[in-house]
Amino acid sequence: MNNLRRTLIGAATLLLLRPFAALAATWNKDAFGAKTPQDALKGVGAGNAASSKDLVIEAPQIAENGAVVPIEISSAVPGTTAIAVIIEKNPFPLAAQFDFQNGALPYVKLNVKMNETSDVRAVAIAAGRQYTATKEIKVTIGGCGG
Amino acid sequence: MAGPMKMRATLGSGYTDVRVLMTHPMTTAQSNQPLHFIQNITVKQNGKAVVEAQISQAISRNPVFTFRIKGGAKGDKIEVSWLDNKGETSSIEAAVA
Repeated sequence: MNNLRRTLIGAATLLLLRPFAALAATWNKDAFGAKTPQDALKGVGAGNAASSKDLVIEAPQIAENGAVVPIEISSAVPGTTAIAVIIEKNPFPLAAQFDFQNGALPYVKLNVKMNETSDVRAVAIAAGRQYTATKEIKVTIGGCGG
Repeated sequence: MAGPMKMRATLGSGYTDVRVLMTHPMTTAQSNQPLHFIQNITVKQNGKAVVEAQISQAISRNPVFTFRIKGGAKGDKIEVSWLDNKGETSSIEAAVA
């Protein structure tokens, strides 16, 4: 009796909470607050990512202005549903996380700030598996003070 | 202050190209200004969410993003909205040209 009641209350609570969860935008506080690339990787669920040549990072080798570094990432891994961007030597390495659905292609072009010369790591998630690639970008003037 | 947005949605070969500019200071914890940055971006095609992004203070001031959506047609309605860490929000809507 008690168990049944608990289950019912649990189910009712879930039903009540769900619409609010859908309305409130989620922001992965733990991953964005991570101070090491390893913790950022774990935070986006990619602690065991394998290197992949199907994940392509297009970016300048040398960025004169660290405040605006253009980066283009595309994944040819079939079924890619998410891409994350980690700037390994930034104070908070995780820069962005993108979830693709309903026909969005696993592609994004963005401008990031880089504190200093660093590897930029892209992470793709496809069918529950994790893939990663890196590219070093040299920075002449750091851009995190902006 | 959060300002206006600009967006251009065009047809590429087999995909819709969405280029969007947001006016936002995107200040970091390293600067002497209060931390103020966009956290969430949603891209919708004809009312359906296609890209959900979470971003940090490491995105450049006045962020510019390009997204791609498979297929698409002229006249498709593209909407992009953002929400920042202070609860400010803005959005823009345009038809694919």
